[in-house]
Amino acid sequence: MMESRRIALIVNGARHEAETPVRQHLGDFLRGTLGLTGTHLGCEHGVCGACTVLVDGRAVRACLMLAVQADGREVTTVEGMGTEDALHPLQAAFCAHHGLQCGFCTPGMLTTLAEFLEVHPDPTAAEVRIAISGNLCRCTGYDSIVTAALEAARAMRDARA
Amino acid sequence: MKAAPFAYHDPRSIDEALHLLATLENPRLLAGGQSLMPMLNMRVAFPDHVIDLNRVEGLEGVTEQDGALRIGAMTRQRDLEEHPLTRARLPLMTEALTFVGHWQTRNRGTIGGSLCNLDPSAELVAVAAALDAVLEVRGPAGARELSIHDFPEGLMTPALAPEEMLTAIRLPFWPAGHGYCFAEFARRHGDYAIVSAAALLMLEGGRVTRVSITLGGVGAGPLRLREAEAMLLGAVPSAEAIRGAAAHCERIEAMSDPQAPAWYRRRLAATLMRRALEKALARAGGAA
Repeated sequence: MMESRRIALIVNGARHEAETPVRQHLGDFLRGTLGLTGTHLGCEHGVCGACTVLVDGRAVRACLMLAVQADGREVTTVEGMGTEDALHPLQAAFCAHHGLQCGFCTPGMLTTLAEFLEVHPDPTAAEVRIAISGNLCRCTGYDSIVTAALEAARAMRDARA
Repeated sequence: MKAAPFAYHDPRSIDEALHLLATLENPRLLAGGQSLMPMLNMRVAFPDHVIDLNRVEGLEGVTEQDGALRIGAMTRQRDLEEHPLTRARLPLMTEALTFVGHWQTRNRGTIGGSLCNLDPSAELVAVAAALDAVLEVRGPAGARELSIHDFPEGLMTPALAPEEMLTAIRLPFWPAGHGYCFAEFARRHGDYAIVSAAALLMLEGGRVTRVSITLGGVGAGPLRLREAEAMLLGAVPSAEAIRGAAAHCERIEAMSDPQAPAWYRRRLAATLMRRALEKALARAGGAA
């Protein structure tokens, strides 16, 4: 009884069509089926936040959504946020302020903050802490991530002005 | 940490979902997936059939009718949090939602899923009990309604037949100007609450004309403290009266689990309830 389905979705702006076992979660689909290993899988039960991706613009845990549920949707992973030559303001700020050490939590931090800063362009440090409360980091102690997020928010506001 | 194999169904209508639920062997309804997906991944749940409600028409949305907000069972927690009707009519729910998991889980999690999962510390269950919610249920025999107070049958067990599903929740709202507060204590923000406290209060001429006092996380279901409510109803809400009502929490039956023993829950409940009542009173225009 290994049921599978063919799904079509947009990932980082490109259309993909692929076969997926119905029990496969979106995180494994992105990594294993599409080869987009930028999305990291930590706990696979919704606690660590490492697998966070944007589905139709909203930050969700890719381990808590079936790949078949993404059929017809638009998914953005960390690979879709910026390029090596043109980093997303969040990525640039993470580099500048030591927002990462081992990098395992980083894709989830970036995608979560990407949506958060869209909705809250001028957050306080306390609001940033609550926004990333669902993302575990075992290296940084979070302070540098909060600093980076505030700096990115400033850069994004300036770019809009 | 991968789900065991299951067959997947994504019906488009409530009738189709109900038909699948009544005819398939060992089915499970999938709402927002923020509790069921971990259970599948950890192989705590073994359904043969997963019936996904995410593409069913007519299960989402918030409307106002006859002094209540009617909320579709598949309405996302994030949408509720930001909905102007919830903000205007149910500020208690808006406040409680900020404690429900995290930003990313509220983007998927639904009100119906939260109620049916019936976790003892679920904030939305406590809010529903505080507001005397009415649940709309559909099954093969048609539609029926039941009170939130009759909903918990046991630990994480709602009073639903296996072939029934929750379709909407009606929450009667309190008049503008009422006081409210949702308070909780958890080890970290977004964790399951050890105890939560919901208070609603109305004042007229310096006296309490209506009050609702609810605890979450102390037992299998939410606990409405009718005796504490009776103590405050008609009274001048002095600091002493509020302490007296909150002290009632120290005499309740509370559960013990690895997170906290019963005595700790009782003391925590009394403290949180005092704070919640004080804040609700201040918001109702009284002195805290």
